[in-house]
Amino acid sequence: MGILEWATDPWGQRVPIHIAWSLIWVALIGGLLFLIIHAIYVAFFAKQDTEAKVIVAPSPTSTANLPARIPRHSLAARLFHWIMAAAMFVLLFTAFLPKVGVQFNWVTYHWIAGLVLTASVLFHIIHASFFLDFWSIWPDKTDLEDGKKRVMRWLGKPVPHPRKSAKYPIDNKLYHAVVMLCGLAVIATGVFMMFRVRTGILPRNPYLFGDMTWGLMYVLHGLAGVGFITLTIAHVYFAVRPDKLPITASMIVGTMSREFYLREHDPERWVVSGQSASAERRGLADAS
Amino acid sequence: MAVIRDVMPAFQLLQPNSVTDAHDLLAQHGEDAWVLAGGLDSFDWLKDRIRKPKVVVDLSGVEELKGIRETANGLEIGAMTTLTEVANHSVIKEKYGLLSQAAELVASPQIRNQGTLGGNVSQDTRCWYYRAGWPCYRAGGNICYADTPVGRNREHAILYAERCVAVNPSDTAPALIALDAKFAIRSAKGERVVDAEDYFVGPDRDITHLTIIQPGDLLTQIRIPSTWAGAKFYFEKVRDRNVWDFPLLNVASALSLSGNTVDRVRIAVNGAAARPLRLKAVEAFVQGKPRTADTGEAAGKLAVEGAVPLQFNAYKIPLMRNLVKRSITGVEEVKWAS
Repeated sequence: MGILEWATDPWGQRVPIHIAWSLIWVALIGGLLFLIIHAIYVAFFAKQDTEAKVIVAPSPTSTANLPARIPRHSLAARLFHWIMAAAMFVLLFTAFLPKVGVQFNWVTYHWIAGLVLTASVLFHIIHASFFLDFWSIWPDKTDLEDGKKRVMRWLGKPVPHPRKSAKYPIDNKLYHAVVMLCGLAVIATGVFMMFRVRTGILPRNPYLFGDMTWGLMYVLHGLAGVGFITLTIAHVYFAVRPDKLPITASMIVGTMSREFYLREHDPERWVVSGQSASAERRGLADAS
Repeated sequence: MAVIRDVMPAFQLLQPNSVTDAHDLLAQHGEDAWVLAGGLDSFDWLKDRIRKPKVVVDLSGVEELKGIRETANGLEIGAMTTLTEVANHSVIKEKYGLLSQAAELVASPQIRNQGTLGGNVSQDTRCWYYRAGWPCYRAGGNICYADTPVGRNREHAILYAERCVAVNPSDTAPALIALDAKFAIRSAKGERVVDAEDYFVGPDRDITHLTIIQPGDLLTQIRIPSTWAGAKFYFEKVRDRNVWDFPLLNVASALSLSGNTVDRVRIAVNGAAARPLRLKAVEAFVQGKPRTADTGEAAGKLAVEGAVPLQFNAYKIPLMRNLVKRSITGVEEVKWAS
């Protein structure tokens, strides 16, 4: 079983035309296996670390003046998230249902959802770059050190507990990085692929690139697309896990409880308003 | 690399003699099986080595699939009934002359003797890029070679093109749609009966097929209800060579009149899209109106609304407009002396 479909074009050139559609099932099964294995691991093997995290109490000074509800996601950030999520689900269903035998007129819905995704991501890039704490979603030195400790502890090595996370845990940051790469891949290729169909927006021009370039573009679009099957399964899984529900709820209401904040996050790494004047400014920016 | 032509690839030939056996074989071999009816579409694919099925199920020995039977509700035509039989059958000529005219205009007498009604409605498109084996959308690829600035697309679609611009080449299909025929299909789940217009699919729903037939399915019968028996019919086919060719466009209509007012009407065209089109908007417009040139003119304009010509097929828009007009007014084409 190959991962690409190849064909010979009219000029005798052997070119890739798209991914092998069996990768859909690979991505689907991979995603399901991940969530099963993770759920088993958390239920039976990771309990000790969870308990260890609870007993690390925050210092009284760090909790002074904290509001009962900790602001986490601004309305604009939440709207972006849900619009992007809706577009992503439409894109996944319209892309892959026809490949597994559910026939319907999918192309129009697909490129419209693609445009919504593109617009929402452009908004997000500007919003995150100029109105949010841009670096809060990227792994920093502490994350890398703590990541190493986690791996060592997972391997049974006697190393100190990692610190609590900043606004975003390291797994969240890594997930964001992968989603960003896949997202930019599907958007960049998808915009060019709109030149291949009649959209009424872009002039149709199948000769914009050569067959090899087009083929590679379809392959990249497909690989990132099936990647999103696994990524979406993982995301939905974590969103509905009981231990992550407060984070999921914050993506709806915008805030999380002070108790959850203190249990899961390091107030020194994610400074929330109500503390020192300088910290307040950082916290407001970070939480917006 | 040399291309071998006119030598078919090796395959296992299976020749059932009953519908049950035929269906069992198709179900058993699934996507590996190729259904052979009259062979006029199949042998092109096989000889050109574009399609290389492992198994060919030849239906020519299945007598149940042949013949025309009158029933209380109309007619039942076996899918393997030849086009010559359909064209010459007395009841069809008398009551359902639309189908008789359409069948008589298919290709040449020799082809009509061999070709079947089921095969005619199930045949694949004649787009030469696709039939040459290029990796176009319809062949599972990612491009339409006909829909490019220099693509040879004189015969291609003007309506409902969705990535692929190939057209359905059947002459009998629009006639059967106009007659409100039903298609009986045998599948693993039993028999299902679909309206003629629902037998065909466009590229928006399934870009690699022209019909809803899936591996394991078998079209067994075409049933024509008596609803339109004896109605006012019109069929016209326009082609490059009048002695033997696929349609550039064809039109079929059935009208029921009260005096000169249209009571009921069904109109279908083929060659304009990847599936034969029933013109429901035109039917709704014409119903209740006098059968005049003005009505036909307006109907023709309505029929081509939304048409998008390709580089070389803009002529199809006025052609379709005029054919629809003539199918309403009943003005016959100029007869060619044969």
